[in-house]
Amino acid sequence: MSTALKRYGLGVLAIAVSVVVFIIPLLFMVLTAVKDRKEAAKLDFAWPTNFQFVENFTAVLSARKFMLVTAFINSTILTVASVTILVILAAMVAWVLQRRKSRWNGVANFLILSGLIIPPAIVPTIWVLQSMGLFKTLPGLILIEVAFGLSFCVMLFRAFIASIPKELDEAAVIDGCGPVRLFFRVIFPLLRSVIITVIVVQSVHIFNDFQNPLYFLPGDANATVQLTLFNFQSQFTTNYNLLFMNILLITVPPFIMYLFFNRQIVAGMTAGAVKG
Amino acid sequence: MTLNTAPTPTAVRPVPQAAHPKRRKGKSPYPYWFYLPAAVIYTALFLVPTVVSFFFSLTRWNLSEFTFIGLDNFVQLFQEPALIKGLTNTFIYGLVTSVLKVVLGMLLAVLLTSQIIARGYLRSVMFFPVLLSSIGVGIVFTALMDPRNGMINEGLAAIGIQGPAWLTDPAWALISVALVDVWKGVGLATVIYIAGIVSIPQEYFEAAKMDGASSFKSFFNITLPLARPATATVIILSLIGGLRSFDLIWAMTKGGPGFTSDVIASVIYKQYQAGFYGLSTAGNVVLFVIVTAIILPLSMFLNRKEVEQ
Amino acid sequence: MAAKSKQRWAALAGGVTVLALALTGCSGGNSNSGGDAKTITWLVDNAENTVAAAEKVAEEFTAANPGIKVEVETRPQGGDGDNIVKTRLSTGDMADVFNYNTGSLLQQINPEENLQPITNETYLSNVTDSFKPVVTSGSEVYGVPFSTGMAGAVLYNKKVYEKLGLSVPKTWDEFMDNSRKIKDAGIAPIIQSYQTTWTSQLFVLGDFANVVTADPSFPADYTANKAKYATNAAAVKGFEHLEEAGKAGLFNEDFASTTYQQAQDMLVNGEGAQYPILSFALNNIKVTYPDKLNDLGLFPLPGDDASKNKLTVWMPGGTYIPKSSKNMEEAKKLQAFIASKAGCDAQTAAVGAAGPYLVKDCELPSDVPDAVKDMLPYFEDQAKNSPALEFLSPVKGPALEQITVEVGSGIRSAKDGAALYDEDVKKQAKQLNLPGWN
Repeated sequence: MSTALKRYGLGVLAIAVSVVVFIIPLLFMVLTAVKDRKEAAKLDFAWPTNFQFVENFTAVLSARKFMLVTAFINSTILTVASVTILVILAAMVAWVLQRRKSRWNGVANFLILSGLIIPPAIVPTIWVLQSMGLFKTLPGLILIEVAFGLSFCVMLFRAFIASIPKELDEAAVIDGCGPVRLFFRVIFPLLRSVIITVIVVQSVHIFNDFQNPLYFLPGDANATVQLTLFNFQSQFTTNYNLLFMNILLITVPPFIMYLFFNRQIVAGMTAGAVKG
Repeated sequence: MTLNTAPTPTAVRPVPQAAHPKRRKGKSPYPYWFYLPAAVIYTALFLVPTVVSFFFSLTRWNLSEFTFIGLDNFVQLFQEPALIKGLTNTFIYGLVTSVLKVVLGMLLAVLLTSQIIARGYLRSVMFFPVLLSSIGVGIVFTALMDPRNGMINEGLAAIGIQGPAWLTDPAWALISVALVDVWKGVGLATVIYIAGIVSIPQEYFEAAKMDGASSFKSFFNITLPLARPATATVIILSLIGGLRSFDLIWAMTKGGPGFTSDVIASVIYKQYQAGFYGLSTAGNVVLFVIVTAIILPLSMFLNRKEVEQ
Repeated sequence: MAAKSKQRWAALAGGVTVLALALTGCSGGNSNSGGDAKTITWLVDNAENTVAAAEKVAEEFTAANPGIKVEVETRPQGGDGDNIVKTRLSTGDMADVFNYNTGSLLQQINPEENLQPITNETYLSNVTDSFKPVVTSGSEVYGVPFSTGMAGAVLYNKKVYEKLGLSVPKTWDEFMDNSRKIKDAGIAPIIQSYQTTWTSQLFVLGDFANVVTADPSFPADYTANKAKYATNAAAVKGFEHLEEAGKAGLFNEDFASTTYQQAQDMLVNGEGAQYPILSFALNNIKVTYPDKLNDLGLFPLPGDDASKNKLTVWMPGGTYIPKSSKNMEEAKKLQAFIASKAGCDAQTAAVGAAGPYLVKDCELPSDVPDAVKDMLPYFEDQAKNSPALEFLSPVKGPALEQITVEVGSGIRSAKDGAALYDEDVKKQAKQLNLPGWN
């Protein structure tokens, strides 16, 4: 198979498949989101006769006293803060766990695994938060997201730290690096691709979380974006156009973030590929 | 913008191989206090509440008061008619989703790291579903999969195929949700694989090319073995995700029609919803034991292989 | 127990008659307290109608009580919402006032421990006596009614009935006969909407008035673990009817994927003729199809005996105050307002009324839908209605809706379904530590 044929043939095939599998559902969402109530209720794949982008947009945005705007602010703070903490803490844990073999490793691994497996116990967690005075506060929810996300992040980091040669650490130690400098100056930058992965995955996860905000940060003033969807789902049982508009709107921030980080990964990849 | 997104042999080369680092006594470059901040948060907000809740699995608990009833909850749980069905479904769901994610994720990653056209577009569009919330995906696909008016069946009808009642036919409901799960999650598996493949030193492929190896050969001899950490991660994550899966099933079928697409997690959640808190924590204990029994050996196996490499 | 309930409902009937006549003004606690402006929170479920009614009530309340503002908070409906309520109560974090179910579900939130008793409040005298038992636990009363009483019955399209020359069925056989004729005319005879699972329960729950007619001691025996759905000939009928109708192919073709909303559309547009449902669907239909609302009528789910044709009725939800409230005075004022004519009027203005209020002196609007008018004779005569089982017994299993979906879809037989439900309720009874179950 010639390279050009592969390059174009496979590419065209992939594009065709991607259109059917990914673009059409996406287009369906967009089209439904700009239809009027009656047309949207049919849930068919048809061009809207009556474009209502502005009306639907304002209807969703202003519903329940501009709850969506509050929600965007809350969710953004929540996501940025908890992902930042997560990345740093999880990388620290993963690094030591991967590098320093001790008999505690088994226990640590098991505890981390259990964090991935066991669904969190809501009421006892609220008791802990209350005793710390953090219940119903954004910092409290941030810590919750950190605690529940640690396992996943540590696992991802550890797999990739395994591929960093240990000699690198040793060289740095000879150069007189202390643990803190060694980690933050030498190791951390090397983790870039996995850090980006963790940031993308965890941001999406936390931004899209609704169970935790529902229980640990109740109240309309504290709404997060998924709760607006959760609310609209029952409130707008017949307004599919508004429901889909809401889904689209709350997908915009993660999408922008993804595009931003994706460029960085792609840039690195292309540079590597050009060599070959 | 730096080029080395992952360590390559080039990055290692400057290290004098002969030098042996002299360790200052008692000072490891990997200090245990690095665990501390994470451990405090994790213990306070996850481990303690979990242990506390495990105690309540031995009680009948309505959140404000409890009666100690020994192992009754576990007995009750195993009498739960939906539980056996739920167990089988959980294994089917976990297997189907993780196999498809591993295979498709790997293939897509190879495709998207090769030099095909429209790579950037493909990567973005394939990752888009990962960005959607389960509730959103649930709403969209419940509409798309409607047996009569849904777009999927209308599309199939256009090419002469009579589509099944995806979410309401007991034989299809679970598989349909699993397929949507793959649709939503394959982008993530692919990205993990891409990161793994990109970190394979380009020199290997060049050497293989010079030896006249076909793309197939270099896939099986280089990509597959060297992307093992990524494979391990994808397998573990998607299997755990699959065994614990709940969000999407709840958003799309709520375990229905009847109990036909119930998984353990949804059975447990129903007990929780009904206010049987002791019973539902007992369910969590059972789920934990089952998933650990599968994941722990698997994870040790995958990690050992990794070390042997 | 059954005899007692009749007394309750006699009182309800009285209340309805009074509300049809009474013109006396409201007697709510409107005493002006003045002072600082205070804000209290009120947690309601997020159904479009509930939110609209609650916001209107809050607005009118503040107009009548300047100085107290009410902030309406919402929570999800169904099981998720129940969990929010239980979690917030047990962590001492409930809103100052909240809405929740009455009857068996109320017992699950530990009223004695969590709720403020209002037995001695003067405004409780505005509440009809029939309502009080469903918000009572032990010897104390805890709540006032929000919204109206309703029925679990069959909504039918009168135009279809007229066109085919059918009359309202009084027995199950007549119902099946009608349904077959409707089917022959190419219209879906019985609408089922299993995509919204709770709607599948009506054949069983709505049949309860017939069960209790045949076996008056059923609720008491059922609570005491002596009567079972699977083995009681009267009780199992609901499951059997569901199975029979499903097997006869009388449901709409895509019943498995039909939603509650789509079912209403079908009924109103005459694509389907009969829909067993709770009558609060009428509130929804009033919003979406105001001009077709009066095409609909209502009849009770028929049993075997035409002379004992009875309606199964549901009590409205309640409005409660948690013990943890720090604004007890203001919260009670809101409760008093809800239990007054002004409170009912505010709700009617916002969403209309799908049945009679359970507050004395409250009037139904003159433009009450025809289907509600069909209900009233049953409400007025105590011999013609029975409360649903959940208001006579604390025992209610959580999995009924999945079981009825299976029975209706032919996945499980009626007999098996009833037996499975008997297993399901055991957990509930044990959780409540009811005598006779452990």
